Amino acid sequence: MSFPWARQYDPKNPFMRWMDEKLPLPRLVYNAVGAGYPVPRNLNYFWNFGVLAGLALVIQIVTGIVLAMHYAASGDIAFNSVEHIMRDVNSGWLFRYLHANGASLFFVAIYIHMFRGLYYGSYKPPREMVWLLGLVIYLLMMATAFMGYVLPWGQMSFWGAQVITGFFSAIPLVGEEIRVWLLGGYAPDGATLNRFFSLHYLLPFVIAGVVILHIWALHIPGSGNPAGIDVKGEQDTVPFHPYYTAKDGFGVGIFLILLAIMTFFLPNYLGHADNYIPANPLSTPAHIVPEWYFWPFYAILRAFTVDLILPAKLWGVLAMFASILLLFFLPWLDRSPVRSGNYRPQFRIWFWVLVLDVLILGWMGGLPPEEPYVMISQVATIYYFAHFLIILPIVSRIERPLPLPNSITEAILRPGKGEQQAPPGMGSEHQPGDPEPRPAGQEA
Amino acid sequence: MVRLIAFLVGIGLVGVLAFSLITGAVNFIADPPQATVEHEFHEEPRDVAFASDGPFGHFDRQQLQRGFHVYRDVCAACHSLGLVTFRDLEQIGFSEAEIDAIAAQWIREVPSVNPETGEADTRPAIAADRIPAVYANEVAARAANNNALPPDLSLITKAREGGAAYVYSLLTGYQNPPAELPAENRPGPGLYYNPYFANLNLAMTPPLTADGQVAYAAGNPPATRDQMARDVSAFLIWAAEPKLEERHALGWAVIIFLIFATALAWLAYQNIWRDRH
Repeated sequence: MSFPWARQYDPKNPFMRWMDEKLPLPRLVYNAVGAGYPVPRNLNYFWNFGVLAGLALVIQIVTGIVLAMHYAASGDIAFNSVEHIMRDVNSGWLFRYLHANGASLFFVAIYIHMFRGLYYGSYKPPREMVWLLGLVIYLLMMATAFMGYVLPWGQMSFWGAQVITGFFSAIPLVGEEIRVWLLGGYAPDGATLNRFFSLHYLLPFVIAGVVILHIWALHIPGSGNPAGIDVKGEQDTVPFHPYYTAKDGFGVGIFLILLAIMTFFLPNYLGHADNYIPANPLSTPAHIVPEWYFWPFYAILRAFTVDLILPAKLWGVLAMFASILLLFFLPWLDRSPVRSGNYRPQFRIWFWVLVLDVLILGWMGGLPPEEPYVMISQVATIYYFAHFLIILPIVSRIERPLPLPNSITEAILRPGKGEQQAPPGMGSEHQPGDPEPRPAGQEA
Repeated sequence: MVRLIAFLVGIGLVGVLAFSLITGAVNFIADPPQATVEHEFHEEPRDVAFASDGPFGHFDRQQLQRGFHVYRDVCAACHSLGLVTFRDLEQIGFSEAEIDAIAAQWIREVPSVNPETGEADTRPAIAADRIPAVYANEVAARAANNNALPPDLSLITKAREGGAAYVYSLLTGYQNPPAELPAENRPGPGLYYNPYFANLNLAMTPPLTADGQVAYAAGNPPATRDQMARDVSAFLIWAAEPKLEERHALGWAVIIFLIFATALAWLAYQNIWRDRH
């Protein structure tokens, strides 16, 4: 799909014309991420993170394939094979540190991408399917990252696998059988390591496949925008290439600088010291914590401390899964027709409370399960569920949104308010009765 | 319908959480958590600077060589260094001849097979060997050490919170237990009080007991206990992260290139958008 004014692929070179007739792959690329894809012209930097997440996936796959050439998934030698990569393989340390820190930056990009979606209503019609596929990618990423963290077979690998697969044993009646089936034994062992390696290699390609669906689904309605209004005409859009490829090039540069700083100067900052101790089933670490990107969910898991009808552990596991699964229902929980948080004064307040709440959950999830941290996690978990399941449906019913701009072009040009482009979050200053929108290209 | 179900699920989860919270709060007020003795007496690693710290960090090879001597003469009695080979010592400035001598004169031989009989045997180490293990297995290690297991030191500065500062603090942190330490936390037989160790009582005999315990060559600082602890900690940073200098050097090259490329990308972005802003 595309807007009627989208540029058509018109190869000049005879070879490209021949190619276009036989296999129109260049045409596909042109229409997907080239000049043939018209994009709203008012995107802010938060719209860079889809491309950045895609780049992170590519970095993970490339570095991961190199690591897999030197890694051995056997309980006896996995730990030493990682040290072999660090010490004996040419540039092995570089690939391993890139892979480990690349995973963290992948999650940073995904979390910003998701909160962008939450603030600007990217999950709302007509883009529900984009949101749902994105959540599928996120779930696959979590599974992939968890299994990847098990592979070095350090203490946190082993005990993390023990704890996370232990969730399944909370299921009544069949839980223990499921856990044994997943692990291939009664405790994490060589069988676990082998299957996790196999799946850790497989799932990134599944992610890549769902990413294609995600982009396909996005291209049907076209990209959203910070004003949250539909594209009205050609003056509202610019071709993806060169306008957004140029902007993404700058974003990619910043992202790679961050990755380089982490990889070269703080390579173990986000890791855990215990994972440099070989896995030992007879010695439990003092504090078992997952990687930082799972901390909010770990805090939710541990917030349930009382057996009430169901055992506390089962409540925790159910709530942890529910905290992600509820996002699948978000398009039907928030019924406000206004997409952008810029024009939703009440929603905007709750949104920022949610951001703060998730940061607090993350902070608590990394701390040991002691008071008062557990009580703080409980308050934060209450807000997390209340936000999505209670507050959002009510707010979308009672809120009176601010008037929307008539068009994307008007939202940019801010007639009567000076020549500056509206900074994000300032859309509420728009007053009804402002002068009519001017055509594009008149302002400095 | 979706919203009704969501509302009920939400109320349910919030209710259970509120119940958990109230129960927790009541317990918290009725029976406030008390700091454990370990928590009260435990100390964070001391601040200590190493040449390898920071983005410009590099190894002080003289110090690493001194640290190696401390490892060989003191630590190696109980602790293995299984990920380091003798030839790796070339990286810290030993010559090939020195390494051959170090390997041949190592306090332990390397397990091997007698070429005549095929029976288990040992032979002197060569440069290509890893530093030989101290004990045949964990049982032997525990039997020789009052049931404590001396960890391998290859990754110790990465495997402990605080890294090399922790190692340094532990080596210099042995002291008499404070008078107010409860009796049940006082070191038992074969244990030594050390506030930098998580449970305060460490099975490791104080390793650095006297200044000059390791003979430093002329031109080096005096081998005080503090200096030896510093040197061996620096050596163990290298043992855990031998590619640190390569990493720092490549890091600067990559970052300078990326800053340049990003600046160009920004200019290209501004140039392309010039007529649209």
